[in-house]
Amino acid sequence: MEQPPLEPERQLQPAPVEPLGCPDAELEAAVSEEGEGGLEEVSEDRTMTENNFWLKKIEISVSEAEKRTGRNAMNMQETYTAYLIETRSVEHIDGQSILTDSLWRRYSEFELLRNYLLVFYPHIVVPPLPEKRAEFVWHKLSADNMDPDFVERRRIGLENFLLRVASHPVLCRDKIFYLFLTQEGNWKETVNETGFQLKADSRLKALNATFRVKNPDKRFTELKHYSDELQSVISHLLRVRARVADRLYGVYKVHGNYGRVFSEWSAIEKEMGDGLQSAGHHMDVYASSIDDILEDEEHYADQLKEYLFYAEALRAVCRKHELMQYDLEMAAQDLASKKQQCEELATGTVRTFSLKGMTTKLFGQETPEQREARIKVLEEQINEGEQQLKCKNLEGREFVKNAWADIERFKEQKNHDLKEALISYAVMQISMCKKGIQVWTNAKECFSKM
Amino acid sequence: MEGERRASQPRSSGLPAGGADGESPGGGAPLSGSSGSSALLQAEVLDLDEDEDDLEVFSKDASLMDMNSFSPMMPTSPLSMINQIKFEDEPDLKDLFITVDEPESHVTTIETFVTYRIITKTSRGEFDSSEFEVRRRYQDFLWLKGKLEEAHPTLIIPPLPEKFIVKGMVERFNDDFIETRRKALHKFLNRIADHPTLTFNEDFKVFLTAQAWELSSYKKQGPGLLSRMGQTVRAVASSMRGVKNRPEEFMDMNNFIEAFSQKINLIDKISQRIYKEEREYFEEMKEYGPIHILWSASEEDLVDSLKGVASCIDKCCKATEKRMFGLSETLLPVVHEYVLYSEMLMGVMKRRDQIQAELDSKVEALTYKKADTDVLTEEIGKLEDKVECANNALKADWERWKQNMQNDIKSAFTDMAEENINYYEQCLATWESFLTSQTDLQLEETSEDKP
Repeated sequence: MEQPPLEPERQLQPAPVEPLGCPDAELEAAVSEEGEGGLEEVSEDRTMTENNFWLKKIEISVSEAEKRTGRNAMNMQETYTAYLIETRSVEHIDGQSILTDSLWRRYSEFELLRNYLLVFYPHIVVPPLPEKRAEFVWHKLSADNMDPDFVERRRIGLENFLLRVASHPVLCRDKIFYLFLTQEGNWKETVNETGFQLKADSRLKALNATFRVKNPDKRFTELKHYSDELQSVISHLLRVRARVADRLYGVYKVHGNYGRVFSEWSAIEKEMGDGLQSAGHHMDVYASSIDDILEDEEHYADQLKEYLFYAEALRAVCRKHELMQYDLEMAAQDLASKKQQCEELATGTVRTFSLKGMTTKLFGQETPEQREARIKVLEEQINEGEQQLKCKNLEGREFVKNAWADIERFKEQKNHDLKEALISYAVMQISMCKKGIQVWTNAKECFSKM
Repeated sequence: MEGERRASQPRSSGLPAGGADGESPGGGAPLSGSSGSSALLQAEVLDLDEDEDDLEVFSKDASLMDMNSFSPMMPTSPLSMINQIKFEDEPDLKDLFITVDEPESHVTTIETFVTYRIITKTSRGEFDSSEFEVRRRYQDFLWLKGKLEEAHPTLIIPPLPEKFIVKGMVERFNDDFIETRRKALHKFLNRIADHPTLTFNEDFKVFLTAQAWELSSYKKQGPGLLSRMGQTVRAVASSMRGVKNRPEEFMDMNNFIEAFSQKINLIDKISQRIYKEEREYFEEMKEYGPIHILWSASEEDLVDSLKGVASCIDKCCKATEKRMFGLSETLLPVVHEYVLYSEMLMGVMKRRDQIQAELDSKVEALTYKKADTDVLTEEIGKLEDKVECANNALKADWERWKQNMQNDIKSAFTDMAEENINYYEQCLATWESFLTSQTDLQLEETSEDKP
């Protein structure tokens, strides 16, 4: 099978998309009242069937992270972090949540899940994973994957990923995703059995198509440009933000030295002593306040990073379109040349060079029977080709329609999320300013009493 | 010549130091002496207990002065000087106003140097005129400082800015360097003017009033280079001998000075570092805002939010710049001046110790009858007076200095806190107005969406 069956009605059923700024967001079941009525669920390997998992509200959380050691594929010892995924269903009546599933997964398994989704849902903008390695660090954060702050932020990022998938109207119904949340052992094998790795388009093929496609849908070309710009501008912003954070850290922390020296100085001063001492205390408070401030800002940076990585997901959809379009163009071209060959054979004119033509010239004309046979073969091929082309055309149009629907959904989500993020940034700044005013007002009072 | 004025007659009074910050009329009794009554008002004797009364008397005289035909009317009233020199108490008593400005660089075949314009306005009778304008270079300031130290070895002479800045390859003629130096030189002269004793120093007067050629010939008078060197050698020798009988109060003073010196140096380093960090923060912030503008070009729906954020960041950036500037105007120069003061103080202690050591060595000589006892006894008598004067001078000046220091430090740090409060208040206002605009928009949007 070339593509997942596009059950149009189901895919395009509107499902409330929750803002995923904060973890532990409760989700409405994707298959709500609308979906239940009468629609026969086609038994399909990948979509959810009888299990009315999605009929209840569910909560997904990545609640813990744990360091583990184990043996890797080459039988060497390695250390990795495992994350606990808990799924709860929420009963309507009393609002209590019951833990239905709980298992441990490591980052590589998340990657596996995502790669699988990319292959089987190429028309969907698949939510990205949090970064594998810490990038855009400023000096306080280490780039070490085992650093507890990094692990914590990754935990939140992974939870966000799962929530995004679970709230996506199409992706949430995927069986492998369901199993990811519910079946600890053997999940890897199950995924691999889908054969998605084989199905994946080769990078080379995709690259080739990108260069050679003649008539891609203009909207996808624009989208590609947009995603490049998005990636570039967010990277730049994150880099500068990291530098600004670094400097801000410096400003605050150096003030802490005042605390120490004032305290020592107050020992030799009679009148000034008290004022110095208490002012020094406020300097310490000021210096240590930056840690929380920057911790909050890091979450903001993570929100931006998610959309940085989303840019790549957008590009993946564009690439798929280009590939399909290229495939279509090649098929059409092939069909056209076969038709021409056929025509030439039938009329006897040789307009195009062909090996057969050459050999005929060199070794003599072929018999009419031979020619007939060849024409017949070609006609069959042409027929087949026309069928295939029709199919490809249909598939192509379906792809464009569905992909564009998801892209519109994505755009809404992005505008909403980024606006929220910018607002939350303003809130953070306001909080920082208020703290600053308070500390310095206190300090000023102490100074004026010296 | 004018020997009586040059004589270092230290006052035996504890001068009121109330409310004096660096540039105020040093809590003392700046005297508007007319030439006739100058001898009286020179305040060689200022009674301790009657300070307040004395001040009142002087201020009355000042008002009399204005009508006195002896002294020419000042073309500019003292009140107009308030802009140049900040002082809070007793504005009427200040009668010597000095400004240092207009640095100019001069190039000769041998060297390049900078001169500063010094304008003096005064109502004092002993000045030939009420306004003077001269040009001086750093060397001249050094000379003046040396003369003051010579004349008043145990008074706390204000510090001069450094000759060079060791850190970094700062060009001598770098604008920032010159400006910083100019401000410090201005402070130096004003501190002298505010000092109850130093303000009447003759060399100081010459410095303020003599033309360039007059000054160089004046400089050549006085003890020669060799005798000055001799003094220095003796001073070093005696200080190396150590002081055996330093009185306790001076022990305490010394301990304080050492501790203070250490602390103020640290504060100086910390403050410089903060300035540096703030500057680098400012540089990065300048780049931060525009990126949001760039982004808004590709996002139709987010243009308002992004542009809003960019504008907030830019405003905060400007506020940071203002804060930085404030720091460099208020806190940094004050702290640095006190770093230099602490070095000065150590020098003063040494000189005091040296005077005492001289006495001690003569006493020792007397004990062992090394020389003619009569001569020695006479010398000892003189030295004892000298020591007492020196000690008293230092004690009085010390109290004054401490009070000034407290006020200056308090003022500088209070200003710094004020700068920071203003900074955060500005930023707060900016972000709050952005937030309001965004949430208003949101409310509009959600009400539009409602079916």
